[in-house]
Amino acid sequence: MEHEEILHRCFRCGFCKLPSDYGSLTCPAYLKYRFESFSPGGRMWLTRAWLSGQVRTDARLQEIFFSCATCGNCVEHCIFDKFRESILEAFIAAKAEMVDQGTVPPTVRDYLTRLLEHGNPYKIPQKKRGDWAAELNVKPYTVDTEVLFYVGDVGSFDHRGIEIARSVAGLLQKIGVSFGILGPGEGPDGNDARALGEFSLFEHLAKRNIEAFQQAGVENIVTLSPHGYNAFKNLYPQWDGHFNVRHYTHLLAEILPIDKFSEKAASRSVRRVTFHDPCYLGRHNKDFDTARTILDRLPGIERVEMPRNRADSLCCGGGGGNFFTDLVCSGPDTSATARVEEAADTGAQILVTACPICTVMLEDAVKARNLEQRLEVRELSELVVEALG
Amino acid sequence: MPIRDALVDIVGADRVSNDPAELFVYSRDSGAQPPGRVDFVVLPKTAEEISEILRLANREKIPVTPVGAGLTLSGIVIPERGGIVLDMKRMDRILEVDELNRYVVIEAGVSQGALQAYLKKHHPRFQHSTPEAPPTATVTANALIHGHGHISPRYGINSDMIAGMEVVLPNGEITRIGACALEGKWFSRGPLPDLAGLFVGWYGTTGIVTRISLKLFPKPAFRQVIVFKTDDIDLLPEAIAEIMYLDMAEDFFLIMQEKPDWMNHAFLVVILSGHFEEELEFKKTAYKRLFSDFKGGERISFVSDLHPALEKRFLDVPPLAALAADFRKGGGFQYTGAILPVDQVPAAWCKGIEISHRYGMVCSYVHQVLMGNSIMFGFNYSFNRADEADIEKALMALEESNRVTLDLGGMIWKGEKSAQQMVLAKMEPNTAALIRRVQEFLDPNRIMNPGKWEA
Repeated sequence: MEHEEILHRCFRCGFCKLPSDYGSLTCPAYLKYRFESFSPGGRMWLTRAWLSGQVRTDARLQEIFFSCATCGNCVEHCIFDKFRESILEAFIAAKAEMVDQGTVPPTVRDYLTRLLEHGNPYKIPQKKRGDWAAELNVKPYTVDTEVLFYVGDVGSFDHRGIEIARSVAGLLQKIGVSFGILGPGEGPDGNDARALGEFSLFEHLAKRNIEAFQQAGVENIVTLSPHGYNAFKNLYPQWDGHFNVRHYTHLLAEILPIDKFSEKAASRSVRRVTFHDPCYLGRHNKDFDTARTILDRLPGIERVEMPRNRADSLCCGGGGGNFFTDLVCSGPDTSATARVEEAADTGAQILVTACPICTVMLEDAVKARNLEQRLEVRELSELVVEALG
Repeated sequence: MPIRDALVDIVGADRVSNDPAELFVYSRDSGAQPPGRVDFVVLPKTAEEISEILRLANREKIPVTPVGAGLTLSGIVIPERGGIVLDMKRMDRILEVDELNRYVVIEAGVSQGALQAYLKKHHPRFQHSTPEAPPTATVTANALIHGHGHISPRYGINSDMIAGMEVVLPNGEITRIGACALEGKWFSRGPLPDLAGLFVGWYGTTGIVTRISLKLFPKPAFRQVIVFKTDDIDLLPEAIAEIMYLDMAEDFFLIMQEKPDWMNHAFLVVILSGHFEEELEFKKTAYKRLFSDFKGGERISFVSDLHPALEKRFLDVPPLAALAADFRKGGGFQYTGAILPVDQVPAAWCKGIEISHRYGMVCSYVHQVLMGNSIMFGFNYSFNRADEADIEKALMALEESNRVTLDLGGMIWKGEKSAQQMVLAKMEPNTAALIRRVQEFLDPNRIMNPGKWEA
């Protein structure tokens, strides 16, 4: 297995499940299960034991491996500089071994099968992929268009994701960005398939997208989701998929007209907001500032921080495919529920994020914790649209 | 009813496992000791749940081993005879901080890091004694194994700081020790018969501590490190005594590494602190001139060019001591924690180097001086977990340094099973018999972490 050589070097000291101040837990799987087996250190030792035949594949081991949300907290906080960068890749490699053996949890199998057979995890025909943009007058991408707006699975098919996609598209239109979409020509970015260890499927999806992008003459891509952003920016170049990739917040930060906020927005009473860092913008791509910069420009917004923020952020639990496979998303002690409680404790009225997956996860958690009267979850673009009037 | 079902009835299905993955992880620790056997792993949340589990275990004659973070490295919580492992870390509430009476009450699963962060945020003028362990180490377990922390040279070892306890006895009774037993505040464990001694240092063989009160200490606003070095090991006992006699150090440890060359000296690292800058300056001045005339001068020198990274490392609470586990690129580390009188430091120093070299290791020392001039002398052994021969070498080195410790009149702190047996064999027989009788009295079915402190 790739990265097998680092497994025995884990001391299981446990820095990997903590933030910088050591005051809480920031590993979603460990937070939910609380058995050491679900901590990064436990997973390191179990992977080694599994490869050497000391433990065998069973449903529990599958649950342990695939509940990793790939949030990157372990990589961020492991104290062993000589191998910490490989920890998460080792976990993904272990999942890949299980995928190769055909021994994965049923929900993982179903997710991957749907991606392969339907081109999306929702089993919706590919021809409907552009339907999210109905009546928005969003144009298909052409060579005359400056930017491809890549929406991805959640933005194309999830009810809440569609709202967010429409919000961002409307925003791009409002601020005069020349953009288009591929619609049925767009495929899944594959980021989460790779995080689940399905390397072949990821390669297939990536090459198909690269070909589609190249055939359309795409040079500049703006993504709705940090997951797609991560895939295009960091993973596609291995197959010569070189594009100028930005998350939509990057574009907004560049061209958001600060003198065009509506009078209504400017006169509204100040609302307290707190920002939840999406892992694939934050820890994976070291962008902690762009979304905050945008928030700070909006009128009537007072931004406060949660204790776990930036590189110490607590993942919503939806990464690594868990949004679809549901291994760390359900039950009373999920990281999403802990996160919304943390947000509410700041006194914020609005929990803002910049990822459709995080948005859905956190909204569900607000409902699960009956916090609707205290806390609203908004995707960043929605606040910007509101401010522009 | 099957044992698993009975446990599920007590704590819920999600908090019990007898899956091979959990049994594997909880049957071993990060040291060099061989794995044990575990039948069930349970995550209790309350003392009442633990009480029920112990009643069940007594009925069924099942061993029970409580585990904090499992970081003793010496297999103290590796079960030897199977049974139930209780992972205490879900009992993670910080229940009370009383600033006026200077104590904190916590549940047994609270980690060092969690308490440190909580105090920093809510009670920044106070601190607890933080061990050199990773921040995941639990506060209670560390106190119960006679751990020591970054203010131990000034205030004593962490077990001295216990001001009250809640304990579940092996028969399931829940009891309190100290002023809290009188329905009072948790501010002191005396003046009463010191029942805390029935549970401190016993490795969970006499009961399960579920709640603890710890003394808090002032946290001065200013801290600085000053370092001396010498190559004359024979001077160390007197040098230690002088530093302690001046009685102003917050922390004090000795370090040495054979590599790189510039680290191959005996460094005396003194952490000073003060509530005011003037106070800190005064202490620095007093310490800097301490050895200027010592033995005619220049035998122990002040290190004036300490690298900033090293300074940070010395001042970090906790320090990143776990890094030693990768010295041999192998994730393994264990040590003999020799509690020695300081006059034995030179002999131990030389023996430790001999032992390291005999087993092909580079010697690396970190020793913390404790209040009263005793020292926790660490015979440290990193090993490669993937190399059975390397593990075997570490075990043999441990055996030798354990023997050296006892030969020098010392005691072995949190020793592994063979070290415990070595201690018991050397112990005055009536004392060893008393230990056995206490265990039999409190735990007649011998269900509590059996095999520990057992001749």
